[in-house]
Amino acid sequence: MNEAYNSVASFAQTWGLVYFVVLFAVVLAYALWPKNRSRFDEAAHIPLRED
Amino acid sequence: MAQTKAKYLTLEEGFFAAFLIVIAFVCLIIAGKTYDQVMAFHTALGSLFAAGGAFIIFKNYFNDGGMAIPQEVDGKPNYNLGPIKFGAWAAVFWGIAGFTVGLIIALQLAYPVLNFDLPWTSFGRLRPLHTSAVIFAFGGNVLLATSFYVVQRTSRARMPGRIAPWFVILGYNAFIVIAGTGYLLGATQSKEYAEPEWYADLWLTIVWVAYLLVFLGTLWKRKEPHIYVANWFYLAFIITIAMLHIVNNLTVPVSIYGTKSYIVWAGVQDAMVQWWYGHNAVGFFLTAGFLAIMYYFVPKRAERPVYSYRLSIVHFWALIFLYIWAGPHHLHYTALPQWASTLGATFSIILWMPSWGGMINGLMTLSGAWDKLRTDPVLRMMVVSIAFYGMSTFEGPLMSLRSVNSLSHYTDWTIGHVHSGALGWVGYISFGALYCLIPWLWNKKQVYSLKLVNWHFWISTIGIVLYICAMWVSGIMQGLMWRAYDQLGFLEYSFIETVEAMHPFYVIRALGGALFVAGALIMAYNLWMTVRHGEAEEAETAGAGAMAPAE
Repeated sequence: MNEAYNSVASFAQTWGLVYFVVLFAVVLAYALWPKNRSRFDEAAHIPLRED
Repeated sequence: MAQTKAKYLTLEEGFFAAFLIVIAFVCLIIAGKTYDQVMAFHTALGSLFAAGGAFIIFKNYFNDGGMAIPQEVDGKPNYNLGPIKFGAWAAVFWGIAGFTVGLIIALQLAYPVLNFDLPWTSFGRLRPLHTSAVIFAFGGNVLLATSFYVVQRTSRARMPGRIAPWFVILGYNAFIVIAGTGYLLGATQSKEYAEPEWYADLWLTIVWVAYLLVFLGTLWKRKEPHIYVANWFYLAFIITIAMLHIVNNLTVPVSIYGTKSYIVWAGVQDAMVQWWYGHNAVGFFLTAGFLAIMYYFVPKRAERPVYSYRLSIVHFWALIFLYIWAGPHHLHYTALPQWASTLGATFSIILWMPSWGGMINGLMTLSGAWDKLRTDPVLRMMVVSIAFYGMSTFEGPLMSLRSVNSLSHYTDWTIGHVHSGALGWVGYISFGALYCLIPWLWNKKQVYSLKLVNWHFWISTIGIVLYICAMWVSGIMQGLMWRAYDQLGFLEYSFIETVEAMHPFYVIRALGGALFVAGALIMAYNLWMTVRHGEAEEAETAGAGAMAPAE
């Protein structure tokens, strides 16, 4: 039981960390990618550009 | 026979009519055979609702003869506003009902005689009625109405379907009626925020799938290439609530003729699933859904784009990937393993970042337009709501820490925390959205009276401050009294002494609640007058007569 707990805990503590760091890095890269800037600036105006 | 009329029902009309007729008969059979009086009442009600729905479908078919609805009128999308109008008024109605029941139970705590010694009016039954009415009936209708509005406008497309949007909004409100009357009659799963019994849960699942399909269908039809961030938040809300609702309600009914059911999860697993559900109801219903409102209505009202669209993307992904893990912090010092509750607390602390990122994004949308706060009480309401969002998302992680939780848990501090989020954040952003939405839906220039909005704002704000301050003091006092020992190691206070000490704060809380109800009544009057007598949008008369400077 304790064995199983330790292996699950160590998996979560290492790969869980990697998972969240990688995920966050991908999101940051997508949001801050220079090529996306104009697209996002455009998107921000969607609610204001209505008929 | 008129030539323009289609001879047949559309596939959609036929499907919904057949489905509702089947439901009506199934309900009727169960009503006839059941041994359970609550079940008999609910299935009879369900049968009436379903038969009524089928009747309306046929009546409309014979009235407008299955004429196709134009997707565009004069080159503009022909938005479907009917279900939104219904949802907005349902929200006003359920809001006042829910706040009033809250006031009643606050008074019951201060003056227990108000329980009237009747099962139907006891605190135990009215309390879930209050929480469900404000969260699911008021909040749910606000979310349904605003999501249908926002997704159509930002997609520049009409919602798909003629029946489906109505089925979603009316079916959801039928669920509310079944759930609410069930609590009063004693049918409950006894799980916080998941009280409705199995048959109501099944019905909600069907309605929710239809909701998801209507929402996705609108996105599918969109003319706008980019999906605006508010829609991402709405979508996360719809999908996650579906998942939570199904997993936490995997029950086996004792009999299809009875209300009682048992959950498949046992013991601590059930507790964990319940609080995974419970906390994410906060995270995805009361946070993600209302953040969607913030991302549309605040820029719209302030007439400037959101402060940083890039931040909103990071906000969205960070929030949804972190929130889902925070649930176990509700189960400190229980049979749940300690590592699990530590995990919950850790993620709660990490949530500070996206929560405050979102708050800053909402508030900074006003940069360069702060002067509008002085003249526009609707915008002020929404900005104060974002401030309350920041405050309660700061307090929450703090309370999730084991050492703080040992003092705060099971005390009124929790109630105070919940209400700073519920009254301040969810309530105010909803009021702000309704003050915007009702004039837009009825093509009015502005709400009937900004002065009354101002009154609503100040009365409610005083109410909230009285409420949460009373609960902070009462909660911390209660926690400290519970853990006080005398020099011989005995407990210093008996339980009833702690209850007695809290009485004055219960009275102050009830006063705060009464002010909040009064504010909502002012809103209802103001919105009603907007629809009846508001100045039409087209009539561009100079000078807004109702405009009043802020006091």
